[in-house]
Amino acid sequence: MPKPKLPDSIVPAPLRKPAKPGAAGTAKGKAPADLKTSPPPRKGDVERLTDRAVEAPVDVLAWVDQRTAASGILTGMLFRKVPKGTNWFYTLGSATLFAFIVQATTGVFLAMFYTPSATQAYASISHINNEVPLGALVHGMHKWGSSVMVILIFLHMGRTFFFGAYKYPRELNWVIGVVLLILTMTMAFTGYLLPFDQRSFWASIVGININGTGPIVGPYLSDFLRAGPELGATTLSRFYAIHMLLVPGAIIALIGAHMYLVMKLGTTAPPWLKAERPKPATPVSQLDGGAEGDAGGNGAAGA
Amino acid sequence: MTRRKAFTVAAQGLGGLAGAAIVLPAVGFAVAPIFHRGKERWEAVGPTSDFVEKTYRQVVFTETEGIGDAGKVTAYIRRGSKTFDEDPNTFVAVSNRCAHLGCPVRFVEAAGNFICPCHGGVYDFEGKRIGGPPVRPLDQFQTRVRNGKVEVGPRYSVTSQLEPVRARDPGEFTGGIWEYLYPPRPSTFPAP
Repeated sequence: MPKPKLPDSIVPAPLRKPAKPGAAGTAKGKAPADLKTSPPPRKGDVERLTDRAVEAPVDVLAWVDQRTAASGILTGMLFRKVPKGTNWFYTLGSATLFAFIVQATTGVFLAMFYTPSATQAYASISHINNEVPLGALVHGMHKWGSSVMVILIFLHMGRTFFFGAYKYPRELNWVIGVVLLILTMTMAFTGYLLPFDQRSFWASIVGININGTGPIVGPYLSDFLRAGPELGATTLSRFYAIHMLLVPGAIIALIGAHMYLVMKLGTTAPPWLKAERPKPATPVSQLDGGAEGDAGGNGAAGA
Repeated sequence: MTRRKAFTVAAQGLGGLAGAAIVLPAVGFAVAPIFHRGKERWEAVGPTSDFVEKTYRQVVFTETEGIGDAGKVTAYIRRGSKTFDEDPNTFVAVSNRCAHLGCPVRFVEAAGNFICPCHGGVYDFEGKRIGGPPVRPLDQFQTRVRNGKVEVGPRYSVTSQLEPVRARDPGEFTGGIWEYLYPPRPSTFPAP
């Protein structure tokens, strides 16, 4: 019984893992028989239709690929090399991204029921928690997920720091990551006010006042955050706009840049792996058939 | 300057102008509240006979309109006392906003002190800091008497010697060089 295997035809040709040289189906195979002297047997209608059906998804993908040339980028991205010693710590960045996706998804659905008005915000959150089907679950995911995202982003940052992965040439990615950290904290801060209960009200007052203790600009920063000298109706809508429009857009854009640089530069090996010394080159004279002719002689002479 | 260079500069300049025409009003819209001062608001909190020299009476009134209960603040009011060189016909309204980070302080009758539940700030009877992390005395509200009733008005802060200055946020020092490091905000009312 042969091992069950996905037929190659399901995977579009551009996305197929390139065959290893010398494997079956590559150039080393037998040359095809002459089509004129021994034509392949004519297929029946059913068989031809089946063939077409099997090829359909491939055709669709090929159509897209011809117009976007996306397969090159995708294969480069999906089959990129990772260093030896890559381990579970390297998943913290993806975990943070996943937490962000959870926040974005649950946030969209919360926004369908939430009212960013000082007099109605609390009631709308109670409505979500007590009356909307699964509302408490979605709200809970968003609420606890925010802590999860903050924790994961710090762990990811710690991993990068302790593995020395912020060093050349990845400094810019560290800088982008720090901006993402600040934006995440901004999300946590602005999101905290939105339920508009006693806890979020006083926590925001304390948070704004801490901002205000910065010399010279602090007092103005507080006024900017509150949209006035006191926390008021505009503060809530301002925090809401920052929380769901301004910062998420910036986060998505910066995650894109962050991940582009990861693809471009690759990841680092863990610091406990010693770099392997390159093997010394075998002299040409000792290579199989190296004695005949002077092929590669230039390289040998240069060494 | 070549013709090409002139066109490049002109196109970029026009693009910059068009961008500024969109961005500047939006930024101004977001920043404008810093420079806006609302209407002065006075609210009657009770007849003059309600308030005595020896202790405070707690009143709740609206400081920010339009947000329901969240816009209400608490003040502790007493009649001016000769012990502190005050006119007995005036009234002192002490804000319950802690000068550390803005938690609500409580006047504890037995101790004669204001005590903050958050980080342990303590103020004496006049509102001067005597312990804990607060950086200045408690804020006060302007008061006046109209038709036999005490009215409270805009908030102001005080220095450690209880001299009135423009309202500051909690956590900001007052007096001396601090008046420059924590400049008064245009959105607050001038000190009495």
